[in-house]
Amino acid sequence: MINGTNSNGTERQPIIELSGVRKVYGSGTAAMEALRGVDLRIYPGEFVAVMGPSGSGKSTCMNIVGCLDTPTSGAYRFCGVEVGDLTRNQRALLRRHYLGFVFQGYNLLNRTSALENIELPLIYRGVTVRSRHQQARQAMEVVGLTGWQHHTPGELSGGQQQRVAIARAIVTQPLVLLADEPTGNLDSARSIEIMELLTSLNENQGITIVMVTHEPDMAEYATRTVHFKDGLISTDHSHKENA
Amino acid sequence: MLGNALLLALRELRRNVMRSFLTMLGIIIGVAAVIILVTLGGGATKQVTEQISSLGSNLMMVVPGKRMGPGQGSSSAPFKLADAEAIEREISGLRAVAPASSAMVTAVLGNENWSSTVTGTTASYFDVLNRRIQEGRIFSQSEARSGVSVCIIGETIRNKLFGGQDPIGNKIRLGNISCEVIGLLAEKGQNTMGQDQDDIVIMPLRTFQRRIAGNEDISLIQVSVKDGISTDKAKVDIGRLMRVRRHLSASEDDNFSVMDLKEISTMLSGTTKVLTGLLGAVAAVSLLVGGIGIMNIMLVSVTERTREIGTRLAIGALEREVLLQFLVEAVVLSCSGGLIGIVLALTVSLGLSSLLQIPFVFNAPIVVVGFVFSGAIGVVFGYFPARKAAQLDPIEALRHE
Ligand SMILES: Nc1ncnc2c1ncn2[C@@H]1O[C@H](COP(=O)(O)OP(=O)(O)OP(=O)(O)O)[C@@H](O)[C@H]1O
Ligand SMILES: [Mg+2]
Repeated sequence: MINGTNSNGTERQPIIELSGVRKVYGSGTAAMEALRGVDLRIYPGEFVAVMGPSGSGKSTCMNIVGCLDTPTSGAYRFCGVEVGDLTRNQRALLRRHYLGFVFQGYNLLNRTSALENIELPLIYRGVTVRSRHQQARQAMEVVGLTGWQHHTPGELSGGQQQRVAIARAIVTQPLVLLADEPTGNLDSARSIEIMELLTSLNENQGITIVMVTHEPDMAEYATRTVHFKDGLISTDHSHKENA
Repeated sequence: MLGNALLLALRELRRNVMRSFLTMLGIIIGVAAVIILVTLGGGATKQVTEQISSLGSNLMMVVPGKRMGPGQGSSSAPFKLADAEAIEREISGLRAVAPASSAMVTAVLGNENWSSTVTGTTASYFDVLNRRIQEGRIFSQSEARSGVSVCIIGETIRNKLFGGQDPIGNKIRLGNISCEVIGLLAEKGQNTMGQDQDDIVIMPLRTFQRRIAGNEDISLIQVSVKDGISTDKAKVDIGRLMRVRRHLSASEDDNFSVMDLKEISTMLSGTTKVLTGLLGAVAAVSLLVGGIGIMNIMLVSVTERTREIGTRLAIGALEREVLLQFLVEAVVLSCSGGLIGIVLALTVSLGLSSLLQIPFVFNAPIVVVGFVFSGAIGVVFGYFPARKAAQLDPIEALRHE
């Protein structure tokens, strides 16, 4: 998959490459430009924190990076593949096999147990029932939810639901983990646990992470912070030497 | 994937038991109606066939005219007594031959009167039709030859005219003639077509022709074949003989017909079939309505579960996987309706057939057809909602509230 064509000076091929990405919602006078020309390269193994005021286009950008949406103009390459050229089903397969997503509003299936929610991406990957259970239980253990597998989202606290969402995103061991405010509903102790979890996934399993957050404390855990403002990247700096 | 979709569908069904049941109702009623109608229709047909064969499976009827209904008037020339005698003389393998001619008359005794059918025939009639005498006797050879006014009456006539009294030896008035009752037929009840077989008066053919009809015509020759002799052969023989007697050239069609019981029962069950077909059409409409109900509830379900669909698509479900999930759900819904309909139909059919005193005939093909059809309705009416689900935009679906 990783077979880049241009290596403009860097020794590594970016896993995510946005160039001049614009996203316009609506049309005519109601048109709303959520992204106004974003250039962003993310390399394998990075842990990027995305910050910025509400409405600055963070989630819009995450949707494009997550192959859920396509840019209005500009190019997005995922592992060197031009996502805009792919069909709906091809993008679905990209998401299935390479991406893990923690949505801003969890988006767990109602009336479905935590375990089954976590198994969902494995079902679409065609994993057998037995290893599905095993992997899902393992993921629950990682997020500290052992013993809660048979509870439905309605029976879990907001923080627990968020951890189910994280477990669902990491259970497939994705190439890239996209997390939209994964600690938004957690107290600081839980938040720290989650951040340590993400850090270890990043460091030990080499999963590339892009995380939206409003809290500078959380951004501290990342290796790089990107700031959005009015649909553009305003600042972008690395702050750890271990990347 | 299919097994998984099936599991999900069953769970969804269980979650909304009441709603699922109401949705299935159309299918349940449609499938049940079809199966009940066909089962009862089959039972009725079987009963008709059985009753006809109880007449004696070796009965044949020779009637003038080329048509299927027995005992109806025809434009072709009627038979004469000589025709019946020729059949008796020249065809081998026959047990008895009974020529008959009938007319409607009013039977009168004192102040009582009753309109009935009087049939002139020979003594063989009782043999051919398996009619027994309960009281008195049948007419003798000499009475038949001389054409005296004697008659044998059925139970219904006795009831109407004599009340509970013994009719033997009394005289009743039949149209213009006075006639002595010499015998009473054993009761037989209604036949398949609902005719009262005891509402009859039998008299010697000669008497009938001279005193009531005023002609020598024979409208029906009933023949019974000896046991072990095929009716097919007798039928062909009689046909050949009658063609000669009626002077038909090789190019002319028969102007009479020889019917055996097979044909008579086919004719009768034909009527049942038309009825079954008609009611089947009504049932089909009910299935259609059931299908629309399923489509409606599936569309509601897709809207309700937009976020779920969005989540599945975002996680990497392909369009066809979502399509399959919802299609399977619709099919499970309609097939469950079909199954419930089948169980209901069999229960109701069993009950009704014992109530109506017709045999219960289990018709496996129609049960299979009912089930397959309900499944097909699920596919047809579930497809549109399922496609709608599959084509949702994941982001829009996730934002849906
Ligand atoms: N589907 C859409 N249709 C129309 N406008 C949209 C749509 N999605 C996003 N927008 C608009 O685009 C802008 C950027 O939205 P986005 O969700 O990316 O913000 P955000 O940075 O994630 O904000 P927050 O921190 O509140 O989550 C907003 O003004 C929003 O109203
Ligand atoms: Mg957002």
